[in-house]
Amino acid sequence: MATNVRIPTPLRKLTANNDTVAANGANVQEILADLERQFPGIKERLCDEQGSLRRFVNVYLNDEDIRFMQGEKTRVKDGDELSIIPSIAGG
Amino acid sequence: MTTHTIAAPPPDKTRRAFFTALKCRECAREYPAQAVHVCEFCFGPLEVAYDYDAIGKVLTRARIQSRPTTMWRYKELLPVAGEPTLATHVGFTPLVRADRLAKRLGLREVWVKNDTVNHPTLSFKDRVVAVALNRAIELGFDTIACASTGNLANSVAANAASAGLRSYVFIPADLESGKVLGSLVFGTNVVGITGSYDEVNRLCAEIAGKYGWAFVNVNIRPFYAEGSKAMGFEIAEQLGWRLPDHIVVPMAGGSLITKIHKSFLEFQKLGLLNDHDRDGASSAQSKIQNPKSKIHTRIHGAQAEGCAPIINAFKAGTDLIRPVNKPNTIVKSLAIGNPADGFYSIQTMKQTGGVGEFVNDAEVVEGIRLLAETEGIFAETAGGVTVGVAKKLAQQGVIKRDESLVLCITGHGLKTQEAVAGKCGAPRVIAPRLKDFDALYEQDKM
Repeated sequence: MATNVRIPTPLRKLTANNDTVAANGANVQEILADLERQFPGIKERLCDEQGSLRRFVNVYLNDEDIRFMQGEKTRVKDGDELSIIPSIAGG
Repeated sequence: MTTHTIAAPPPDKTRRAFFTALKCRECAREYPAQAVHVCEFCFGPLEVAYDYDAIGKVLTRARIQSRPTTMWRYKELLPVAGEPTLATHVGFTPLVRADRLAKRLGLREVWVKNDTVNHPTLSFKDRVVAVALNRAIELGFDTIACASTGNLANSVAANAASAGLRSYVFIPADLESGKVLGSLVFGTNVVGITGSYDEVNRLCAEIAGKYGWAFVNVNIRPFYAEGSKAMGFEIAEQLGWRLPDHIVVPMAGGSLITKIHKSFLEFQKLGLLNDHDRDGASSAQSKIQNPKSKIHTRIHGAQAEGCAPIINAFKAGTDLIRPVNKPNTIVKSLAIGNPADGFYSIQTMKQTGGVGEFVNDAEVVEGIRLLAETEGIFAETAGGVTVGVAKKLAQQGVIKRDESLVLCITGHGLKTQEAVAGKCGAPRVIAPRLKDFDALYEQDKM
């Protein structure tokens, strides 16, 4: 069992149109690296030249924003769900 | 609710679209002007790209002034390709000279842009929905939806009803009752989410991807957001084609303040402003405060202390927004912990020499009552924030006595009654006898 990663619409071209993919890693950073191994080019969309998540990329672990946890060092375990969501607009 | 197919308006041979594409604000990649809101490369927000040369040939003061008193008098600067057929009576709300409020603030010239009376749902959200609805129809959608802290839901529900369209509005389940009823009454599908607004919006991003509906503030957002510019256009026109020295704008997601800035810049670019503003920040004082700004107006942002991620970043001198996990304020309409336009609103404040400030809940209530008691305008909690912050900025000397000020009052107080209930006193109850009233009035005279 791995971590389920929910892929937003803008990135599905890179994941053969799959909206959910499995990835392995002990924390968010490793999950992103595994995604890049499986789907080359995906990391460049999510991270800037310094390797940090881009300003408008939000990542949730089991519906919690990782910025309220340990950011990219947030640990993940088998069966967890990671969602990648563009920024949130007001209403 | 049944869905009706809206016949496309007949092609207007004299009309052409003055917008050409959508463009990423971060990396400038271009996309067709369709229902896409996020850059596929960097996730940056997309913005409508206009052909200003073509607009400049057509949009003159005379043409604007010849049109009906609605937001559509500026239609070349709004991203609807054909003639708008829906939500046609929106905008051109009063700009009220507020001398009694000015006196209480220690200022000489204060104006209230009064969107509490916007048609049809008493908030500035009618502007953005008007654009979104017309564009959604052009793009072939038959279901309109939104994520909302209340006002947007009311507007989507009302405008969808008047257009015969099916609609779904998603709100936090604990919203003020006036706002909930103000959506339900139109027959929309109201879905209450047990969570914060941010959680509602996140869910809507996923629903939009799956169901293919026109979420006005998700996949239709680049068009929707442009509707806010009309507030700024109207302010400039109603002031006599000039800009104020200061404007205070409440911030939730941070979109409105950036669109007010854009509206002033567009009017200047098109040569529609008076000489003083035509050439940019011309006064010596404004050059000192904002030497790089193209306009002299200082644009200030206002939030509630219990959810002020943009102001917190501004005060810390950074543009990196730290989201607020659990907003804690009576100002639910501004309670967005992770504001998508937070970065850009900070740029607007910095570029124009504006200041970001917040007020606590008690100051919000004072602000609502001050505006009501001096100018007869009953604003919702966001209005209390705007007035409260303006008062602070005047006290701090940021807004000087002889400088003009506009306050953006974005929604009606009847929608957030809970905020002031029990805080405005109560009727004094007497028997139906003249002598009883005489006794009451004697007390008042003392």
